Amino acid sequence: MMIIRNRPLHSIRSSEITPKSVFDNRRAILRAMGFGGMAMAMAPLLGAGLGNPAQAAWRPETGKALSGTVNPKYTAKALGVEPTAYDLVTTYNNFYELGTGKGDPHENAGFLKPTPWSVKVEGAVEKPGTYDIDDLIKAEDIEDRVYRFRCVEAWSMVIPWLGVPLSKVISRLKPTSKAKYVYFETLFDPNQMPGQNRQVLEWPYKEGLRMDEAMNPLSLLAVGLHGEVLPNQNGAPLRLVVPWKYGFKSIKSIVLIRFTEKQPPTSWNEANGREYGFYSNVNPNVSHPRWSQAAEKVIGQNNLFGLPIKQPTLMFNGYEEEVADLYAGMNLRTFY
Amino acid sequence: MNTDAHRIRVLKPLVHLASLAPLAWLFWLGASAQFGPNPAEFINRYSGDWAIRFLLIALAVTPLRGLTGWTGAMRFRRMLGLYAFFYALLHVASYVALDQYFAWGAIWQDILKRNYITVGMLALVILTALAVTSPKAMVKKLGGRNWTRLHKLVYVAAIAAPVHFFMMRKGFQIEPLIYGGIAGALLAYRAAARLRVHFRVRAAAASAASEEAGAKAA
Repeated sequence: MMIIRNRPLHSIRSSEITPKSVFDNRRAILRAMGFGGMAMAMAPLLGAGLGNPAQAAWRPETGKALSGTVNPKYTAKALGVEPTAYDLVTTYNNFYELGTGKGDPHENAGFLKPTPWSVKVEGAVEKPGTYDIDDLIKAEDIEDRVYRFRCVEAWSMVIPWLGVPLSKVISRLKPTSKAKYVYFETLFDPNQMPGQNRQVLEWPYKEGLRMDEAMNPLSLLAVGLHGEVLPNQNGAPLRLVVPWKYGFKSIKSIVLIRFTEKQPPTSWNEANGREYGFYSNVNPNVSHPRWSQAAEKVIGQNNLFGLPIKQPTLMFNGYEEEVADLYAGMNLRTFY
Repeated sequence: MNTDAHRIRVLKPLVHLASLAPLAWLFWLGASAQFGPNPAEFINRYSGDWAIRFLLIALAVTPLRGLTGWTGAMRFRRMLGLYAFFYALLHVASYVALDQYFAWGAIWQDILKRNYITVGMLALVILTALAVTSPKAMVKKLGGRNWTRLHKLVYVAAIAAPVHFFMMRKGFQIEPLIYGGIAGALLAYRAAARLRVHFRVRAAAASAASEEAGAKAA
């Protein structure tokens, strides 16, 4: 039940501005020419003489086209699955700041103003400060990566993200030796996030990673999906993506990055520590008090009856090879 | 009396129609493909919402009679309770069929392990028992006293349902609390009515006793 049900301020749907087919087509052409990566690599060079198009290339304007270097390790082909359709990825969301219903974030998306956007960096770091998003995320670093996405509510999607490896951003900020964890906070502004008028959680939303998790090559700071700037309901303009953890770890609309020595508080853990641990790695063997995590519903892949198919959930959401080392020797039942 | 019987005869089909409207709306949403990306979730939430609403509506009948003095209201109590049961059944059926795909093992595990499902199932078991014993013949069979005692279990269901809803929702959400508050008010009305009767009886007994004592003294 949402009290505020205003029409989205942007009445033209982003998918209408940016037909996905056009993107797919264009990229296919580029890829066929073998220029996909090269064109992106050249973009900043070309930009040098033309003002600053590298910045303009991805400024978080809703619906604007965005592309990145295809990372061959993380393609739909490598995963062997088709990405979930744009309409599903952008209308079925858990983003309580924009409403608790799955469709609410899409409906209330217009409240959020992702431009301009700055991120405060503080704590155990050599280069603290308030960064404009364009300074924090360099256009030439943006990669196109298709990841599995597994919600703790036992449903999953496959999402083609555009983003920068978190390790790249962190390295540039130069955390000190005291930095053992990275802490993130979502914007707190009930005018832009009407869901914050209610204390569903203790706002602002908080999340965190251990430093080695943050530095893992899989961790991504996403600024787009499906070939366009991140839609507001998906956490515009800057969100975390940690595909081997349950979706709620992938904090949205980040305004604060803090490097800490101690394990930071995280929102769902604060709200219900028995159900949501700090790690919250996808683990089919550890049943959640609310949902068995052994299987998941694949949103967008329907059976004969038009219902999402159920498939077994993979350890670390299928990223075991890349992340299992992080938890060597840890009892994942205790550190859930 | 005659006009009241007439009123009830006219109202009954209307109440049936109103009670079936949510079902009709559900069919309409389905036919026009408006269930969204997770139809099981949609149908489950929708039917659950209506189950709680009808349970509260059925529980509002007695207070309605008390407050308005219209005894005819009681003629609608059973059918409203049965609609609560109907939507609760739809709610559980959607869970069993659309959400779990009849995986009975997993369902049983859910009932045992997941507290909100345990509490929800308790409410369903109660509503089932009440629905089964709702025909007039069952009142005779059980005897009025036993039947009444059994049907007091609806108060447990009235608490269990919003609790189930609150536990299901993540974080601290207001909607289940509203239902819980209404259920609490409906039960509080009954408690107050009982207390009033209790005190009236005691007062009557006390005055009778003092009269008796007075008579003796005289």
